[in-house]
Amino acid sequence: MYIKDYSSRKIIVIGIFVLVALLFVIRLFYLQVIDNSYKLSAENIVLRYVTQYPARGRVFDRNGELLVYNEAAYDLMVIPRQVKNPDTVALCQLLEISIEEFEKQLNKAKHYSYYKPSVFTKQISKNDAGPLGEELFQFPGFYLQTRTLRHYPFPIAAHLLGSIGEVNKKEIDNDSYYRSGDYIGKSGIEKYYEKDLRGTKGMKVLAVDVHNREKGSYQNGKYDTIPVEGKDIIVGLDAHLQYYGEQLMQNKNGSIVAIDPTTGEILAMVTSPGYNPNKLVGRERSENYTTLRNDTLKPLLNRAISGTYPPGSTFKMINALVALQEKAITPQSEFSCKGRLSRPIKCTHNHKTPLALEEAIAQSCNPYFWNTFKSTLEKTGDVKVGFENWYNDVLSLGFGEKFDTDIPYEVSGNIPSKAYFDKLYRGSWNALTVRSLSIGQGEILVTPIQLANIVTIIANKGFYYPPHLLRKMEGTDSVSAKLTTKKVSAIKPKYFSIVQNAMLQVFEGDHGTARWYKMDSIQQCGKTGTVQNPHGDDHSMFIAFAPLENPKIAITVIVENAGFGSTWAAPIASLMIEKYLKGKVERIVTEKRMMEGDLIHGESR
Amino acid sequence: MRRENTIANMDWLTVFLYLTLVFFGWLSIFSAASDEDVVRVFDLSQRFGKQILWIGLALVIAIVILIIDANFFSTFSFIIYFSILLLLIAVLLFGKTVAGSKSWIEIGSISLQPAEFAQFATALALAKYLSIRNIDMGNLKTKLISVTIITLPSLLILLQNDTGSALVYAAFVLVLYREGISGAFIVIGVFAALLFIITLLFGELWVLSGIVLFTALVILLFKKIRKRFKIILAGFLVSIIFIFSVNYAYENILAAHQKKRINVMLGIEKDPHGAGYNVNQSKIAIGSGGLKGKGFRQGMLTRYHFVPEQTTDFIFCTVGEEWGFIGTTVVIFLFVFLLIRLIFLAERQKSHFSRIYGYGVASIFFFHFAINIGMTIGLAPVVGIPLPFFSYGGSSLWAFTILLFIFIKQDANRMSVL
Repeated sequence: MYIKDYSSRKIIVIGIFVLVALLFVIRLFYLQVIDNSYKLSAENIVLRYVTQYPARGRVFDRNGELLVYNEAAYDLMVIPRQVKNPDTVALCQLLEISIEEFEKQLNKAKHYSYYKPSVFTKQISKNDAGPLGEELFQFPGFYLQTRTLRHYPFPIAAHLLGSIGEVNKKEIDNDSYYRSGDYIGKSGIEKYYEKDLRGTKGMKVLAVDVHNREKGSYQNGKYDTIPVEGKDIIVGLDAHLQYYGEQLMQNKNGSIVAIDPTTGEILAMVTSPGYNPNKLVGRERSENYTTLRNDTLKPLLNRAISGTYPPGSTFKMINALVALQEKAITPQSEFSCKGRLSRPIKCTHNHKTPLALEEAIAQSCNPYFWNTFKSTLEKTGDVKVGFENWYNDVLSLGFGEKFDTDIPYEVSGNIPSKAYFDKLYRGSWNALTVRSLSIGQGEILVTPIQLANIVTIIANKGFYYPPHLLRKMEGTDSVSAKLTTKKVSAIKPKYFSIVQNAMLQVFEGDHGTARWYKMDSIQQCGKTGTVQNPHGDDHSMFIAFAPLENPKIAITVIVENAGFGSTWAAPIASLMIEKYLKGKVERIVTEKRMMEGDLIHGESR
Repeated sequence: MRRENTIANMDWLTVFLYLTLVFFGWLSIFSAASDEDVVRVFDLSQRFGKQILWIGLALVIAIVILIIDANFFSTFSFIIYFSILLLLIAVLLFGKTVAGSKSWIEIGSISLQPAEFAQFATALALAKYLSIRNIDMGNLKTKLISVTIITLPSLLILLQNDTGSALVYAAFVLVLYREGISGAFIVIGVFAALLFIITLLFGELWVLSGIVLFTALVILLFKKIRKRFKIILAGFLVSIIFIFSVNYAYENILAAHQKKRINVMLGIEKDPHGAGYNVNQSKIAIGSGGLKGKGFRQGMLTRYHFVPEQTTDFIFCTVGEEWGFIGTTVVIFLFVFLLIRLIFLAERQKSHFSRIYGYGVASIFFFHFAINIGMTIGLAPVVGIPLPFFSYGGSSLWAFTILLFIFIKQDANRMSVL
């Protein structure tokens, strides 16, 4: 069969290729060589991309008091590539810096990038920025960038509110949102709610002529993006209560945590010594930060969440609750006390013997709780099983683990596990070996916030909401489920009544350890703790809630190395309760004694 | 023994052109993707760094193809073709959506675009089918089967919402033309496209009067043609129906963004911030390059992310801005040189299979070259297909490498075909 040869068609195909190529070359010649309009539009305009920073969200307390707001400041920015033969001397005079400083900053900026803007001079005040801006056209490559600084009208709760600072390399690498010179929440709420507070940056495209003069918006702002303001946050704090707590704790080491038992919102969280949050703002930030960090009293440490203490006598109630739940004792169970002759743990309190549970709590009788703890462990006949039950019950009460809500840098404390003792004693141990746990000493370590939470559980008869700061976020109706999920402890509600009554007796009873701080108008429930401390004098500890019916506040006070719980911690807790529930304090003498007490600089207790 | 033959008989000029284009491509990506001053070339977190990896893998693929027996691809043409079709269906079912197109498939941490690989498979299958002994291109059945082979993958890719990659298959018209379909198909196609554009530009009435006038002139002036009156009349009627259906098709079949792109290209709509944004920025970038360009890594516009998709579909902007008219002309020359070389190689094949496949390779490269560069300079609508060897991306580079090296292998083996 004859097959026609089409090979001549290759000419047509090649012809098409060449034709298209010629068309392209002609078009490119026109675009690139003949037509000047593209070169003009590309080269005569230098575009400047100015970041529009949104206002950072503000922070309010539960009553609408403003805690954090913004103040305008300016950063002088530089784009090294656009810097052309600047009059260095003139610019240095304007900025009031030395020529060496100028070179140093410029080299730093070049090292970061030739093309991207770097901060040249930080946080120039509004007043200085005005005149500077007028002169800046002489210095191509330099321009002013608006920033916001944080300001704290109430100088309180520095650790909770946290602070913002310039982003570091790691933060830029982790989140492409940030550019050199941007600010980011470094601690506290500022850190945890950074993404809500920061808003969204916008970008303004400005046309700039060869003389560094802004020629207005490029193409009528078609390429601009509008910044979105950060969200306002309402925290559960009561600013007045917080301030009052900080006053009471001045010149003492320690902390206060007060929680609203109905929601888990933190009403006050004091750590002492603290610092004024306005110190960590602006240009002074890094210098002040270094001073605070080197302070031997550790003002930067938030003791309320990072300080761990043996719980001491306050833990006796927990052991009582666990024993009731495990049916190791009944409220009527009695144990005798031989006072200082008691073994294995002596008792230093004067009281009748034998005691039942309620009185034992009120009197904080050591032998009673040793026997209770022993019964709990030996209840099942196997100490290890009994210990596991004890361990699980204690963990269900919020100990030994972080709450992991919205307070950064929390620590978990310590509840020793069976595995720990098995390793320590090579498997051979019993109730006697671990007897310190019965009175809240030994390996047990708790944080003040965990203690405040156990008071919450007692006040609520068995449940709690994880302690947290956020009360409401602008634009949302509900707070995240993580913060508002009700947690129920392993202890049955009925067992709490007896503990509550015992705690009531601490204030109301004739021999109660806090009977001096009783108020007629409010029924307070509490428990003192005098915590042995290997590093020095005993810690004064007190936990309390009020009122007995429908509790509104649960509180923990720890005053380090201050001796008996009833001397310092109990009156401070009671004053806080009065302040919160009544709005003002009438027990002026006690208040004065607490505020003026100086336990750091050696005044007598 | 076989490998030595391959090395000796290989067309090194084509390989050289390939390597040159790949190198220029990488330089452009490096320039467009690195906006820092101090950069490490092998920074795998950056596109220029990754592209080195992709190029390395492409070379491995090329060597593997050169080692494989030359008859492998012709023997398994249909198997490869149907496997790829299955893969395209799999993408539709399980694929990942990127930028509106459901065309990516994830294998571990690597994302692949099977549509890119369907091109060489289709070229193989078409070559295999048309190289059957005694096949007659004039036969309607032959035409239908050929068109089916071409359109099946195209339709599947269209379903992935990847219009650009689907259009590529139109390039095979050149292969069919070389194998004997009437040139009228191409003429009619071009004529229809022209009518389409003119109708959109000037409206139906003007075009109608134009056609009437043209027909009348032809009948009056050319006595010889007048005898084929029926054909002229038929053409006249079909043209009229066509121009009236243009508007209908335009309004009802094309998607809004497609209409907009066509309008912008035709200059009907000025929309420098919407559909025309890319093209406008791209033209500014290329235009600002001038005769000599701004120099390597000096292109302000491309480096400032002024041009969208600057490392992928609009990579030619970087060439234009940094190397100027001289650079763009050199790149165009290299491409045309490669295309003509491929045609030359195809024509010297003894085996029909190799020749047809060679034309397929040239056609696919040509289509990408024409549409991609065309769109960056405003001569073609923006349809999002890569510039071979230049655009960033593993899938496309590997697919083009496979496409090309299968042919180089066939060519190296041409002497042993009986």
